[in-house]
Amino acid sequence: MTIVILKYNAGNIRSVSFALERIGIEPIITDDPDQIISADKVIFPGVGEASSAMNYLREKKLNEVIRQLKQPVLGICLGMQLMCSSSEEGNTTCLGIFDQKIKLFNKPQLKVPQIGWNTIFDLKTDLFKGIKEQEYQYFVHSYYAELGENTIAKTNYELDYSSALHKNNFYGVQFHPEKSSTAGQTLLENFIKL
Amino acid sequence: MLAKRIIPCLDIKDGRTVKGINFENIRDAGDPVELAIRYAQEGADELVFLDITATNEKRRTLAELVTKIAKQINIPFTVGGGINSIEDVTTLLNAGADKISINSAAIKDPELIKKLADQFGSQCIVLAIDTKFENNDWWVYLNGGRVKTELLALNWSKQAVKLGAGEILLTSMNNDGTKSGFAIDITKQISEAVNVPVIASGGAGKMEHFKEVFTAGKADAALAASVFHFDEIKILELKKYLSSKSIPIRL
Repeated sequence: MTIVILKYNAGNIRSVSFALERIGIEPIITDDPDQIISADKVIFPGVGEASSAMNYLREKKLNEVIRQLKQPVLGICLGMQLMCSSSEEGNTTCLGIFDQKIKLFNKPQLKVPQIGWNTIFDLKTDLFKGIKEQEYQYFVHSYYAELGENTIAKTNYELDYSSALHKNNFYGVQFHPEKSSTAGQTLLENFIKL
Repeated sequence: MLAKRIIPCLDIKDGRTVKGINFENIRDAGDPVELAIRYAQEGADELVFLDITATNEKRRTLAELVTKIAKQINIPFTVGGGINSIEDVTTLLNAGADKISINSAAIKDPELIKKLADQFGSQCIVLAIDTKFENNDWWVYLNGGRVKTELLALNWSKQAVKLGAGEILLTSMNNDGTKSGFAIDITKQISEAVNVPVIASGGAGKMEHFKEVFTAGKADAALAASVFHFDEIKILELKKYLSSKSIPIRL
């Protein structure tokens, strides 16, 4: 089985790679369209800023490649956000795979970015198999996806938002499974088995 | 609900974990990778590694250690100590660190915070502040607590957050190593004045101290070293205790 981690100008690629190695998988890190398209699973990581990441994907024509993928795809953090319709971060038009819009946490008393361990609930799909309701995952983000039809997990930070999304072969998680201890490891194992 | 974080800190010298009292009397406290794995298994929410002898020659060794740690542990970690350039930060983040902390270099050149935040994002830039209560105020110290500055901790925190610091790691030099509790008043003042998380550090001796710093001190996270290194407080017991006191904790 070939697992590709999509290489672009965003952080945490190495962390995701190490997390896969811990569960016995040697991922291929690449931005080569052919390798991406022929992979069994694709992971779309991301820590960074939305507009510069989208610009980079467009320059490399990776935006079209991602949209056309047929195998299971997992977006992580910014990766998930870029799979949504748009983001308030840099007024960015994103890939439009999920219907959600990405908004800024902007309640006055709220600490932003949200940094730390928060719970996930109303879990759906096999991505969360063996992960219990109210399990903690590690989050670092200033922007969030609204709730909607694609929501398969929710988290509360002054408001309920989508901490995971799903549509057809596309999955996205706002938290960092690669940094979320055994609960995150279970999620990565589930994704590999999809 | 977002949980309060328990963060063991590992001071690193020549690749070993060490622990001093009031920044002095350094003792050996074990292999950092082994300790890191143990803490992650015991329920630590995050780890901080501070290289207390960081020099240019040591930077490469530190980056290698960071990669070893990143391969082995499945929770986030921050690396700090002597970081003073964009190159240092690039090296450590590429090696696998999730965040870096800066201290003296930011005091000498506050614009460095902005440059780092613009390039890497605020979420991975932690501003570490060593502060000491003297003449009725909390003063900022640099160079590992050896040199006093003209900055007040509260003002410096606010300025740093405006420049792009994503978290404040606040160490009270009066409390560090005393095991008599965290500096509640300055932690609360800063936590209420800035809209980024504040990690309280220095003075942990009993489980009650953690409860106090999360409630009265309004800290988002609490950092400690020797109570964990020398097994005086077990992380899991501490987290169960805090949870029983209705503090949101990941168990």
